[in-house]
Amino acid sequence: MENYMKLELLAVGENEAFARSAVAVFALSLNPSLSELSDIKTAVSEAVTNCIVHAYGKEAGENRIFIECKTEKQGAVGVLHIKITDHGCGIEDIDVAMSPFYTTLAEEERSGMGFTIMQTFMDGFALKSEKGKGTEVRMRKSIGVSENETERERVNA
Amino acid sequence: MEINANCKNEVLYIALVGEIDEHNATEARRKADKLADDFARSKSAVFDLQGVSFMDSTAIGFLIGRYKKFNRYGVRTYLTNPSQSADKILSMSGVYNLMPRI
Ligand SMILES: Nc1ncnc2c1ncn2[C@@H]1O[C@H](COP(=O)(O)OP(=O)(O)O)[C@@H](O)[C@H]1O
Ligand SMILES: [Mg+2]
Repeated sequence: MENYMKLELLAVGENEAFARSAVAVFALSLNPSLSELSDIKTAVSEAVTNCIVHAYGKEAGENRIFIECKTEKQGAVGVLHIKITDHGCGIEDIDVAMSPFYTTLAEEERSGMGFTIMQTFMDGFALKSEKGKGTEVRMRKSIGVSENETERERVNA
Repeated sequence: MEINANCKNEVLYIALVGEIDEHNATEARRKADKLADDFARSKSAVFDLQGVSFMDSTAIGFLIGRYKKFNRYGVRTYLTNPSQSADKILSMSGVYNLMPRI
């Protein structure tokens, strides 16, 4: 069984909570544990917040964020694929941007841990960006493989 | 996110309640800094994370920022009751080195 969704959102702070909740609800058909769901919400929140505060900055309210998700299920194991895209300022040096604690917005109390969290919390991560064109984050989460079945607190859809 | 505070025996308890993300941290920052000013003479401040239902890396910046603010008054800061996922974020970012978990 495969499923697919696409969301287009205005790049405003109000949509951070909506975006992570929408992806979490979409993932429910894979029967994720609470901790898998929490990992997904945090990673999505990181990517979406980056679009708002970094990609578009002051013009955030006039621009859009694109989220695409796909689920695959093979037996008891599910996979969630997420792609989050913006058409904002892009990133000059991806390796530098991805290094822990690197931030261009320290004065706004950004921690520089966004990409590190996305990489740690998800099972797959890829970043593509072009200066002046925009940024694309791809993430993958395997559901139902990493944890002991007896420890899993199941979430009812 | 909501902030509830009470002070007992020169220890300020600050309970964070709700979701911590970029969008709702601004107001909480202002409130927490006001508490730091108002309770500048307390011995220590304990941030209770029991009521936090969600956090992302915004919480790292938020907590380190409050650590600095309280530290300027010589007030020690601590963290308590993080959820499993909050603990993951706080451990990997080294926040506990500044604000020990109690
Ligand atoms: N979508 C994006 N568009 C442009 N720049 C970005 C984007 N996402 C991240 N960046 C850049 O990469 C840096 C690191 O991002 P991140 O790890 O999330 O830390 P933080 O958001 O705390 O700065 C940011 O400070 C910013 O310079
Ligand atoms: Mg970020």
